[in-house]
Amino acid sequence: MTNGRFPFFHEAETPPGAEGWERMFPYYLVPAAETRQHENDLWFAETMHWSRGCFPLGSVMAEAAYLAAGQNSTRIFAVPTALGLDFRIHQGYVYISPIAVTDPEEIKTRTEYFNHRAGYYFENWDELYDRWKHKVQRLIDDMRTVSFEQLPSLEAPEIVTEGRGRSSGFEVLEGYRRLIDNLMLAWQYHFEFLNLGYAGYLALFQFCREAFPEIAEQTVARMVAGIDSLAFRPDAELRKLAQLACDLGVADVIGSDAERTFEELSRSASGRRWCDAYDEAKDPWFHYFAEYGLSHEQDTWIANPALPLTGIVNYINRLQSGEEIERPVARLREERDALIADYRSLLTNAEAEQFDQVIGLAQRVFPYIEEHNIYIEHWVHSVFWEKARELGDFLVAMGFTHTRDDVFYLNRFEVEQVLNDVVQSWAIGVPARGRERWATEIRERREMLTVLHGTPPQPAFGNPPEDITDPFAVMLYGVTTSQVNAWLGVHEDTDALSGIGGSPGIVEGTVRLIASEKELQDLRPGEILVCPITAPSWVQAFSTAGGIVTDMGGMMSHAAIVCREYGVPAVVGTGFGTQQLRTGDRVRMDGATGKVVIVHAAELEAAS
Amino acid sequence: MNTVYTCALHDQRCRNSGEFGGKAAGLATLESLGLPVPAGFAVSGAAYRAFLDTPGLRDTVERVLDCGPGTDFRDAAGRIQEVLATTPVPAEAARAITRAYEQLREQIRDPDLAVAVRSSATAEDATAASFAGGFETALGVAADELVDRVHHCWSSVFSPAALAYAHANRLDPSTIEMPVVVQRSVPARAAGVMFTLNPTTGDRSRILIEANWGLGLTVVGGEVTPDRWVVDKVDESITEFTPGDKRLEHRTGGLTEVASSRWHPPCLTDDQVVELAHLGRVLERHHGAPQDIEFALEPDARGHEPLVLLQCRPETVWAHRRRQLRFDPHGDTTSWITSAIVDEPPAGQRIA
Repeated sequence: MTNGRFPFFHEAETPPGAEGWERMFPYYLVPAAETRQHENDLWFAETMHWSRGCFPLGSVMAEAAYLAAGQNSTRIFAVPTALGLDFRIHQGYVYISPIAVTDPEEIKTRTEYFNHRAGYYFENWDELYDRWKHKVQRLIDDMRTVSFEQLPSLEAPEIVTEGRGRSSGFEVLEGYRRLIDNLMLAWQYHFEFLNLGYAGYLALFQFCREAFPEIAEQTVARMVAGIDSLAFRPDAELRKLAQLACDLGVADVIGSDAERTFEELSRSASGRRWCDAYDEAKDPWFHYFAEYGLSHEQDTWIANPALPLTGIVNYINRLQSGEEIERPVARLREERDALIADYRSLLTNAEAEQFDQVIGLAQRVFPYIEEHNIYIEHWVHSVFWEKARELGDFLVAMGFTHTRDDVFYLNRFEVEQVLNDVVQSWAIGVPARGRERWATEIRERREMLTVLHGTPPQPAFGNPPEDITDPFAVMLYGVTTSQVNAWLGVHEDTDALSGIGGSPGIVEGTVRLIASEKELQDLRPGEILVCPITAPSWVQAFSTAGGIVTDMGGMMSHAAIVCREYGVPAVVGTGFGTQQLRTGDRVRMDGATGKVVIVHAAELEAAS
Repeated sequence: MNTVYTCALHDQRCRNSGEFGGKAAGLATLESLGLPVPAGFAVSGAAYRAFLDTPGLRDTVERVLDCGPGTDFRDAAGRIQEVLATTPVPAEAARAITRAYEQLREQIRDPDLAVAVRSSATAEDATAASFAGGFETALGVAADELVDRVHHCWSSVFSPAALAYAHANRLDPSTIEMPVVVQRSVPARAAGVMFTLNPTTGDRSRILIEANWGLGLTVVGGEVTPDRWVVDKVDESITEFTPGDKRLEHRTGGLTEVASSRWHPPCLTDDQVVELAHLGRVLERHHGAPQDIEFALEPDARGHEPLVLLQCRPETVWAHRRRQLRFDPHGDTTSWITSAIVDEPPAGQRIA
């Protein structure tokens, strides 16, 4: 934070033990001497999706995402004022830099293209979106057919009798490429509608800002609340299962220990009935990550049944204490409609007509903003990592690596090299050539990443721009000019912090700092959940926490949207909530103004 | 038919602004809505006309005014008012005023009833509204001074300021109607003004309230920096409070200094602010347009502080600005979306 700017990437010191980390990632993802000019821009840590950093294989997710985000803004729809999001991996974390278009002539040209192209999508939204769902489903089905079976010492006779002419070794190579291609393609689809969805909402937002200059951002967001979206289905399944457990009288048997729970349930007829219902809900709804599935470290509900079971137990407890556990959709819609009517009544007739149209548009496009996560982040990613783990097992089975996880320490190009090494050696009939070098390299990489991910990321690098105008960066990430200035002043000691009011409500409670979904079980009812981000799937948290405070996120971040849908107060985009607050602090937060005040600081532990 | 010289505010006929003026009609409307308005009556335009019709009076006035532009208004006003001062209020009108006062005194059961006497002059167009508001106001008027005070109020039509204004705006002062409102004096603990929009931004989802200790004159007159609240009209919550610097207050006796301990603490409670805003919302909805409202809080014997409304009229500043639509009404929704992405008009800038 020198002279009103953040350090440049090249000025950052590498933590001892992580020297040479750059070699883990493709060269173009890492800041280098040749691209030093780029370091003048503002780069902020993309902790909203990569809160705990990025692994070598996982970096393909970032590539897929920013390739697609960029092309859609820059080349396909020609968003008038924004090109893509440039990105780098620095010391194991993802940083992004929004590229703006500032030349008025260029904006004008792009505006014409955008009108035609985006216009086509808005006009044909429902039909295109329907087609989209089929495309994605086909892609998932195709991805599932990829397999990485251990290569036999002698091929099966069918290769001969069916005249296939290709080996199972070739299937592995082809399967890997197909896996990567499908992931890339899934992300192409991910951004097909996303920015258009945000743009549709932005029209409503701008309209309201003009008619009501002082309207709170949150009030506008509440005009599209109460949405019907697949995004809420997994949670709905948990509530249904909780209700069923109570109805069948097996509620007391259910705990977060999956093995014991299912073992006990299998002993009674009603228990077995409940298990059947659980199994039925599982596919596809529990192909659901606690976050976004951007890292192999995350579990889906299927892989770790303790996650959904904890949620179910929570709902059972609330049911038993006589609480209402349904998502308050009816109330939200009622409030939404009353709110819209109230504001509408303050407009002139001509204005009210425009208002109706922008509201209609925003309500049509808005569900996609939440729903696409189910298809891409949850369903595609869960298949991807399942296959990646199969790949890890394959390399172990082929005697190349020691553990399944080793594969995650190779980037996507290295994996392809290793597979070629393994398959070619198998084909030729010799031992693989790189076993030793990769064993050593993977050991070193494990150590480096432990060091890197043990340190929280710098929030930003480079020069802050005078003004941050990219509407998407503001809506999604909460990166505003004042937020950047707050980052610059981080070392000021203060007993208050401020972010963006994400979901209304004033609440006082004790802080529970939570870094990952694995710690969610520590959260006690009424506590204020403080975390780097919350994924929409932190379902237990939303029904337990008194309020939620995140480091990153804007009005349209998932945390904010979901909190509004659940009626939980939220302050998002505080920048440093997780660094400034400690578990045990007593805080008062206001989800409307975005203020969090420490009422009573926790005692410092003697050891620290 | 007998000439109607006075009319009680709770009488439906008082809502005729042509005869009783804008202020009286506004108050009568508030009454009819069941809203708290200090009891009182209006002196009609007919009473004022009867006064001007005193033989010889109109001729004198016209003679003075006919001297044309360039005349010193102070001089003209002085000469006219000299004549007006020596012309008594017509006996019938004076009797009607006294009778109306006595009825009011009975109704309120206050033998020493003091009243406020204010102009209800009807301005022919809205730009003259502020001018009409500038006529004589008298507070704490006792029974024996009442007719005199009404007389003063009538005479103020020909004050130097009024004549100068009329001349500049090519108004014939002799066509101005001067109905008068007579109301029970409200010994307000605090009072002020409410706009059912934010006058600084034109935001119609906001209500602005400014108030000071004592009577509302200091808020309108700008003698102090009043407390200031902004209220969200839709959910009726206070979104902003700026404490004032309230070193003076107007009591019935006149302007007095305020103890320093009361300079900064708010003169209304949050509940009072919200109650007031709610009233504002009701009034706006009733009139179908943003309103400019004067109010006071009057402590009663039981220690309560009921809210009373002293005036309600249409807000004029933003009402006369043409609001431009955010998006081109001839364009399609895509063009609106594009415009939302490309243009970033700072709040309020395009409303002009």
